[in-house]
Amino acid sequence: MDWVNGIVQGVLVGGLFALFATGLSLIFGVMRIVNIAHGDMIIACAYLAFTIIQLSGLHPLVSLLIVIPIASLVGYLLQTAILNRTLGKDILPPLLVTFGLSIIVQNGLLEVYSADSRRLAAGPIETGSFPLARGIDIGYLPLLTFLTAVVVVAGLQFVFYRTEIGRSFRAVSDDPETSQLMGLDNRKVYGLAMALCLAVVAIAGVFLATRSNFDPFMGPSRLIFGFEAVIIGGLGNLWGTLVGGVILGVAQAIGAQIDPGWQLLAGHIAFLVILAIRPEGLFPRGAR
Amino acid sequence: MTKRTGINRRKVIKGASALLAMPALFKVTQASAQTPVFKIGYVSPQTGPLAGFAEADGYILSGVRKALAGIKSNGKPVDVTIVAKDSQSSSNRAAEVATELIEKDKVNLLLATGAPDNTNPVADQAELSEVPCVTSISPWQPYFFGRNGDPAKGFKWTYHFFWGLEDVIANYLGVWKQTGLKPGKIGGLFPNDADGNAWGDKERGFAKPLAAAGYSIVDPGRYQVINNDFTAQITAFKEAGCEIVTGNMIPPDFATFWSQAAQQGFKPKVVTIGKALLFPSVIESLGDRGDGLTTEIWWSPSHPFTSSLTGESAKVIADGFTTASGKQWTQPIGFNHALFEVAADVIKRTADLSDSNAVLDAIVKTNLNTVVGPIAWKGQPVKNVVRTPLVGGQWQKINGRSELIITYNGEAPQIPVGGKLKLIG
Repeated sequence: MDWVNGIVQGVLVGGLFALFATGLSLIFGVMRIVNIAHGDMIIACAYLAFTIIQLSGLHPLVSLLIVIPIASLVGYLLQTAILNRTLGKDILPPLLVTFGLSIIVQNGLLEVYSADSRRLAAGPIETGSFPLARGIDIGYLPLLTFLTAVVVVAGLQFVFYRTEIGRSFRAVSDDPETSQLMGLDNRKVYGLAMALCLAVVAIAGVFLATRSNFDPFMGPSRLIFGFEAVIIGGLGNLWGTLVGGVILGVAQAIGAQIDPGWQLLAGHIAFLVILAIRPEGLFPRGAR
Repeated sequence: MTKRTGINRRKVIKGASALLAMPALFKVTQASAQTPVFKIGYVSPQTGPLAGFAEADGYILSGVRKALAGIKSNGKPVDVTIVAKDSQSSSNRAAEVATELIEKDKVNLLLATGAPDNTNPVADQAELSEVPCVTSISPWQPYFFGRNGDPAKGFKWTYHFFWGLEDVIANYLGVWKQTGLKPGKIGGLFPNDADGNAWGDKERGFAKPLAAAGYSIVDPGRYQVINNDFTAQITAFKEAGCEIVTGNMIPPDFATFWSQAAQQGFKPKVVTIGKALLFPSVIESLGDRGDGLTTEIWWSPSHPFTSSLTGESAKVIADGFTTASGKQWTQPIGFNHALFEVAADVIKRTADLSDSNAVLDAIVKTNLNTVVGPIAWKGQPVKNVVRTPLVGGQWQKINGRSELIITYNGEAPQIPVGGKLKLIG
């Protein structure tokens, strides 16, 4: 039963990894850039929610109604004002700029909020749970996190394949030159993609911050799982990212059952094995 | 190439550097006129994950600078300058700024604080460059053995004051005795980092002394820091029927563990954790679940000590920080202040301030009552380390605010107890 419980909890943790990773996957899928500052953006959104909750006394999940639009707007401005200037044949400039951004965000947060460890108080939902079977208790918050990840991925999938803006995303991703010839303003499309990414980042930030404590320097350490989930699932494939997150969560849970020292290692091993067998990931986008 | 007239690059640089050098020029002439100068280099983690340790530096330094203004060495006035540098919570950076302080600023004395990651590289640089150095806020074992110290020989230039693992264990055992629970199984949460490996060590860590006291430790193994899932540990503790949980964790890991424990129906009666429960902001962030957690206490406003430098009591110093910043006191304040107490005391007694051997001699002969307790290096537990008193206590909600209450003072009876221990839940 311990093993089953461990694996069930691992699946739920996988939802959190998927939330971290979806934004990364989206940005890579559309713009082919790797956003090193992704983890710091998650933390910045957590602080934004923290500020709004301090001011208004809203529940963290309700605060998302305010945090998501602000984050999206910031994302759009960030892309159009800064990141668009770095795009080009060379993949290095966006990498370096987002790296710099990461440091700026961390130290900016430290200046404003100090190094204090914070958390968003979500009330009884934080610690509540229901028994699924004997020895398996499902926490409301982890379950909600997982379901949110599923909804986010389904929503993004819908946007990508069923809407006009989604068609533009796919167009600029497949062939930026031709899409421009067809009258698309690539820079604007990129801006919208980043806005969408930041909306997901905001959700990830709020869930992370209700689950555990955060401080200004927490971003990068949470990012690695995001990267791994993206690569396991296949670059740019959103459902794949969710599966990648779950595989990572379950692998870690199995490792932890053997010995907690194996927990992260087991996740990394699963990642390496998949990378060795299928370098393009499990579900590469537009497999050719 | 066109040649522009008037100002060119070289002229600008020349002029600018002269301008930049001017204040320094004045300073030197002014200082060398009569009073000797003594430079203190201070390395602390002002930014980065360890920034909480240096949070009160601004407040402490302003008080210390005021108190040092009229200081005399053997009856003669001295100009004391403090050069504070940020280690950015990185040991590489700490070593770098320590070298800078030694080579460029030519400091006469180095001070460092805030976890082994910060104290050790600074002390190593000082030992290498033969500059006297005093450090604090790092349990003495990681400080001493982490630097490959040989207890028989010790170090020549570097000295340290803080408590050690033996003090933590004694206090935890004392706190657990107060709970009235029968000795039984204890859940152990030790991460795979310097502290976790030291605390969880089968030979030198918690296991042996706990066994001697009748407890047995359920230790599932070392987890990696920033862990997202403690299900394996919780299951093991539940199965063993642990009523007490102990360990050494960072705040986010403890928060994850503590939520998951509640979700998965694990309800220990006593939770005694090192490091994670240090700062009041962390306890506040845990909400009602922060009430009743127990930990070791290195310093508090109710410690019956006064500063040898400013004459302020522990309470006055802590309250001063609250007035200045609007924040609750934290334990590092006392120790960072005490570093400068030692420095000032050394300056007063040093025969020749320009001679580093004389400064070292004064450090070795220190016998000072500071705001964290008496400091005198007498060879115990090792040549370069003196242990400061440690007590145990509990975070309790008092009028809606989390207060750290001393409940156990068996290891340091001179520090008064502030309340009674209660069980969680």
